[in-house]
Amino acid sequence: MLIPDDLKYTREHEWVKVLDKDIAVIGVTDFAQSELSDVVYVELPAVNKKVNKGEEVASVEAVKTVASVYSPVSGEVIEVNERLKDDPSLINKDPYGDGWICKIKISNPQELDDFLSAEQYKKLIAEE
Amino acid sequence: MPRKTPLYEKHLKLGAKIVPFAGFEMPLQYTSIIEEHLWVRKHAGMFDVSHMGEIVIKGADSLDFVSYITSNDPSKLEVMEVQYSALTTERGTIVDDLLVYRLEDRFVLVVNASNIEKDFTWIQNHKRGNVEISNISYEVGEIALQGPNAEETLQKLTDADLSKIKYYWAARIDILGKKALVSRTGYTGEDGFEIYTDSEHIQKIFEALLDFPLVKPAGLGARDSLRLEMGFCLYGNDIDESTNLIEAGLKWITKLEKPDFIGKTALLQIEASGPQRRRVGFIVKEPGYIPRHGYKIFDESGNQIGVVTSGNLSPCLNVPIGIGYVSKDFGKAGTIIFVEIRGKKVAAEVVKMPFYKEGSVKRA
Repeated sequence: MLIPDDLKYTREHEWVKVLDKDIAVIGVTDFAQSELSDVVYVELPAVNKKVNKGEEVASVEAVKTVASVYSPVSGEVIEVNERLKDDPSLINKDPYGDGWICKIKISNPQELDDFLSAEQYKKLIAEE
Repeated sequence: MPRKTPLYEKHLKLGAKIVPFAGFEMPLQYTSIIEEHLWVRKHAGMFDVSHMGEIVIKGADSLDFVSYITSNDPSKLEVMEVQYSALTTERGTIVDDLLVYRLEDRFVLVVNASNIEKDFTWIQNHKRGNVEISNISYEVGEIALQGPNAEETLQKLTDADLSKIKYYWAARIDILGKKALVSRTGYTGEDGFEIYTDSEHIQKIFEALLDFPLVKPAGLGARDSLRLEMGFCLYGNDIDESTNLIEAGLKWITKLEKPDFIGKTALLQIEASGPQRRRVGFIVKEPGYIPRHGYKIFDESGNQIGVVTSGNLSPCLNVPIGIGYVSKDFGKAGTIIFVEIRGKKVAAEVVKMPFYKEGSVKRA
């Protein structure tokens, strides 16, 4: 199970990477994609959509189940991963890279303190 | 503690993702559910189905007894012939769906793993006449080899002529020099075989089949999506003790002209008045909306008319497909229904099953 050290994680199995201090790139973790099984469709948010932390920002339809992706931060969606429309399996193949879901411009930087480190996330999934 | 099949260690070695299923630790997938699904349709997939149960009925009255507890007619079976059937309640609902094998001196009922203990108790409680009932489920290993290349690959492990085993027939043949029971049956819509033997022998057969480049292991995930494309019922999802055989579309295994069987009176009544609801297949009209067990089905005006019992993206047709029950007026092919998926009522069209019509299964 891949858990890169340079990313932050949520209890809902999303990962977050902060670019230029106020842009959050988000996706789902390797653990999440493995639990989901083959991803067959991703419902992406509209660009410019305003989201609150904890609100559903995308949903992932997989063979076994469907899962909501909750926004780990509050802010505005500024870009979505268009490649997922043609190849949703990128989430399975490369969850931390080509399988990213969207970028959000962060409106409340304090929320960034709430995330789990790679070490803490590793512990969390060991318990599941 | 969940049970392990004789092939459990082999699944681990192959890197399978293991999940608990019906009290067993089973492989969900080895690589990808969709890849395994497509491989079975194109070549041959090997499934560990050792979790399935086997209940043996012996004795002078075994034919009458099997006829009494099941809905299909086992008196039609020749020795070594196989029949799809169901154990029924007094209400005509389904205790389990199963295969009935008529062997030389006995019947073997191959039942769902989730129902082994329930069925065994049920059968014992309804015992009639001179019969001996035994549960050999945990001693038998089973592999399903399914796909257009199934016969040519299995043929390499036996001197017996597999082309002589017809659809829904069985034979006792030597595989790798040891006897196994082999039937031309399956749950995928493809040609193929189900192989029953002891734990040690099943491991050897599994290893030998894996050596053929055309054979790949396939897990429960692909088993489920393959059966769904064929419109086959999954017990616990599409049928159970609250669904009767007629509404489930299983009238073809319900022989109401048989002298007597559990549920016959109820089924005659349901047949006469017509079922109130029907099990149907449907295709969702919008891509990306996958129907799933428990989702509600509505009519155009927003009245709930049914519920989804199975659903997935069809890997072969690349559209979302589902099975569900709808009120009797909505059962016709071509009818538009609406399935609530992720908070949205999405249009779907009732279609005739199977969804996938190109399977290699040899019915003749």
